[in-house]
Amino acid sequence: MKKILEVRNLTKIHGRGCPACIENTGPEADTNICPQCGSVVAAHGVSFDLHAGEILGSMGESGSGKSTVVKTLYFDDAPSAGEAVVFDEARQWNLFALNAAEQRWLRNHRLGMVYQNPHLGLNFNVSAGGNIAERLLMSDHTHYGEIRDRARRLLARTEVLPERMDESPKKFSGGMQQRVQIAKALATQPPLLYLDEVTTGLDLSVQARILDLILEIQQELNTAMIVVTHDLGVIRLLAGRTIVMKYGRIIETGLTDQILEDPQHAYTQRLVASAL
Amino acid sequence: MEAILKIEGLSKHFLLHDQNKLIPSCANVDLSVHAGQLTALVGPTGAGKSSVLKCVYRTYLPSSGRILYQDIGGHRIDLAQVSEHQMLQLRHAEIGFVTQFLHCLPRKSALDVVAEPLITRGETREIALAKARELLSLLNVPERLWAVPPATFSGGEKQRINLARGLIARPRLLLLDEPTASLDPATTDRVVDLLQAIKREGVAMLAIFHHPDLVHRLGDRVTELAPPVAVSDLLETCAS
Amino acid sequence: MNSTYELPLDEANYSFGFLDEFAKREVRRTILKAIAIPGYQTPYASREMPMGRGFGTGGLQLTLSLIGTDDTLKVIDQGSDDSVNAVNLRHFVELTCPGVDTTEQTSEATLIQSRHRIPEVQLTEEQVLVLQVPYPDPLVVVEPSEAKRKVMHGEGDYSRLLTKLYEDIVQFDEITISHRYPTRINGHYVIDPSPIPRYDIPRLHRSKALILLGAGREKKIYAVPPYSVAEPLVFDDVPFRTEDFRDEHGSRRPCCRCGATNSFLDELIADDGSKTWQCSDSDYCNQRLAEPAHEVSA
Repeated sequence: MKKILEVRNLTKIHGRGCPACIENTGPEADTNICPQCGSVVAAHGVSFDLHAGEILGSMGESGSGKSTVVKTLYFDDAPSAGEAVVFDEARQWNLFALNAAEQRWLRNHRLGMVYQNPHLGLNFNVSAGGNIAERLLMSDHTHYGEIRDRARRLLARTEVLPERMDESPKKFSGGMQQRVQIAKALATQPPLLYLDEVTTGLDLSVQARILDLILEIQQELNTAMIVVTHDLGVIRLLAGRTIVMKYGRIIETGLTDQILEDPQHAYTQRLVASAL
Repeated sequence: MEAILKIEGLSKHFLLHDQNKLIPSCANVDLSVHAGQLTALVGPTGAGKSSVLKCVYRTYLPSSGRILYQDIGGHRIDLAQVSEHQMLQLRHAEIGFVTQFLHCLPRKSALDVVAEPLITRGETREIALAKARELLSLLNVPERLWAVPPATFSGGEKQRINLARGLIARPRLLLLDEPTASLDPATTDRVVDLLQAIKREGVAMLAIFHHPDLVHRLGDRVTELAPPVAVSDLLETCAS
Repeated sequence: MNSTYELPLDEANYSFGFLDEFAKREVRRTILKAIAIPGYQTPYASREMPMGRGFGTGGLQLTLSLIGTDDTLKVIDQGSDDSVNAVNLRHFVELTCPGVDTTEQTSEATLIQSRHRIPEVQLTEEQVLVLQVPYPDPLVVVEPSEAKRKVMHGEGDYSRLLTKLYEDIVQFDEITISHRYPTRINGHYVIDPSPIPRYDIPRLHRSKALILLGAGREKKIYAVPPYSVAEPLVFDDVPFRTEDFRDEHGSRRPCCRCGATNSFLDELIADDGSKTWQCSDSDYCNQRLAEPAHEVSA
C-alpha cells in the first residue's frame, strides 16, 4: 500500500495569535481559545499518513478541528504552519508551497471534496448534470457529448434518476443533493477524496444508502478517503484507521476496531462509552 | 519446524481513566502455533483467552510481551510493534479472525458477506459466490437465508456466517474464538472436518474452544492460561 | 514632459480632439498595455464626455486619443453611416478635430469607429477599428464580484461560462448566444467582443487591422492585436455556427438592394407585414450598386 498523503505538524490559528497560544490551548487546557489573545487554535501539530485506497476516519466533537484539517488540505483555508505532501504516481506535491494556479490544478484534477452543506459543494444556479459538467470543464474536458455521457453515468451510479439530471439541485431532497455532490467529486476520479460530515443531518435510511455508496466507490476506484465525522457508527463502518481529535490536537490514533474496543486515552474512552 | 506464531510473556490490562480502575486481563502468556497445526487456548473464564487473540489481531494493544509472527516472506516481526498500515496489510492478506460476534455491513446479503474476502483478494465475483455457496451448504445454512442480510439471523446462524467468512480465503494464521459455541452437534462435526481439512492445507490456527472434547479432537498443542492476577500484584508490576 | 511644448488650442481654447493631452496620453498608454496583453481588460480613467454613458463614450475616447490631422475617420452604427448616433459622433469629431477628414467609404478610412458591426470589406494593416463596448466582461453573467472575476480571468478559468453554454445545449440543442459571443484571444483571455453578431466573430481572427474595444462606463480598454488568434468558445463536438440567412427552401437570401449573398443582412418589416432583407453595411451596399460589374471583396 503506497503512501498518498503525508501531513506533518499542521496548524491553523484564527486570529492574530501570540506566543502563549499553543501552550494554553488543547485537551489539557480544555479549550481551543487562547486566554491571552483570544485567537482560536483550531488545529495544532496534526500529523498523519494516508495510504492509497485507505479510508481514514477523523473523529471528534465540535471544535475538535477535524473539519479544519480537511479544509486546509483542500485549499479552502490556508494553514498557519505545517506541511502536507501528496504522492501522485510519479509526482510529489508539497501542498502549501504551491502557487494559486498549481493549487487550483490539483484541486480540479486530483482531489475531491464533499461538504456537509450542499451549498458549499454545488452550484444551485446550474442543473445537477451541469454541476458535474462544470467540474469536468474545470479539468479540461471539452467534448460536449462525452461530458453529458459521463454526467449521466455518474448520476446513475449515485442513484440519481437520469430524468432529473437537468433539474436544479434546489428541487432535490437533502440526500439526493449529497449524492449529486458525491457524483461531482468523483467526476474526475480523484485518487484522494475528503468527506466532511456528509451524512450528518440526513435520515437514517438515506444515510445508510450513502455510506454503502461510499464503500462501493472505494472498492471500485480504490480512492483514498478522509472521512470526517462525529458519529462512531460511520467510523466503524467506513474507516480502517481512525484519528481522534480534541481541541485541535490528535489525542489518539489507531486501527478503528482497536480505538473502539481498547481506547487508551481518557477522552476516547469517554467518547466510546457515550455511543448509544 | 519453525513456529508461525510465537507469543512470549504477553500481558494485557485495561486502564479505565474515569473510573480510575485497573482491570487485569491475561498475564505472562507463552505459546506457539505451527503451520498445519492447531494450538488450543484453555483456561477458566476471565483468564483472558479472548484477549490473547485480540492482542494478536491488534484489536487490543498488548501491555507487554512479544508476539513474534513469521510472515509469508519468511520475516519474523513482532506484531506488538508493527505499524498500523502493516497490521492492516497482514489482516488483509495473512491473518484471519473468526470472532464470537459477527460485525458486518448492515445491508449486505449473507452470500456477499461470505464471498467478500475472496473478492478483495482479486477473485472474480462468480467464483467467489460459488465458493461461498459451497461453504454455506457445508455449514448447513439454509438456502433461503443466503440472500438475506445476517443482522436478523439467530446466534447460531450468525456464527456460521462468521465462520464461513473467516475460512473461505485460507489465511496463513487463523484465530478462532469459540467457533462452535452456538452450533448443534451435527454442524459442529462438519466444522471439525472443515478445520481438519484446513490444517492439512497448512493453515496455522490458534483457537479457543468451550468444549474440552474439541480441544482433544483438534488441538495439536494446548496452552493453559492461569487465572487473572490480583489487582494489587498487577499494580506492583506496573509500578516496577 | 517637454516644458516648451505648446498645447494645440483652437479659438475657443479647447484642445485638439476635445480631451486634454494628459487624458489622451493616459488612454494611449492604456492602449499600449492592452495590445501587450491581448484580450486583457485594462482599466483606465474614463473621462466624462459631453454625451451620456451608453452612447459610445468609450469608443469616442479611443478615437479622440488616436486621431490626427492625417487621419480619415469613418463612423458607423449597426453598419450604417447615417444613423443618428453615427452622424452625431462624426459631427463631434469634425467640430473638435479641425483638419481631420471623414468618409463613408471603408476603404478610404484610416480609423473606423463602429457600434455593433465589423465592416464587410476586409480591413488592412494601415487601418484601426474601434468598437464600442457596453459590458467588457463575459464572466459578468456567472459571477457578480469583480474581484473574483479578475482571478478567474487570471487563471484562465472559464469553466462556469462553458457550463452556461452546456446548459444551453441541453435545453435548446444549441448555444443560444447571438451577439457578444465569448471569444478567446491569443489562447488565454476570453473577451466579450461587444454586441457584434456571430457573423462578425471570424473577422476577429488574424485580422490585419488592429482592433481596439473601449467601454466608457465600465472604464476598460482591451485589444485584439493584428494577426491574433481569436477563437469563439465551443465544445469539441459542437462547432461554431454563424447566421446563414437561408430561406425556407435552404437557399441563401440576397440583399434586396444590391443582390449581395455574402453580407450580413438586416431584416426589415414593412407596414403590411412583409419582410425584406438588406445589407447592414450601408457602404458595402452602396459600393456594390455603384460598381455592379466588379465583385467587391468581402
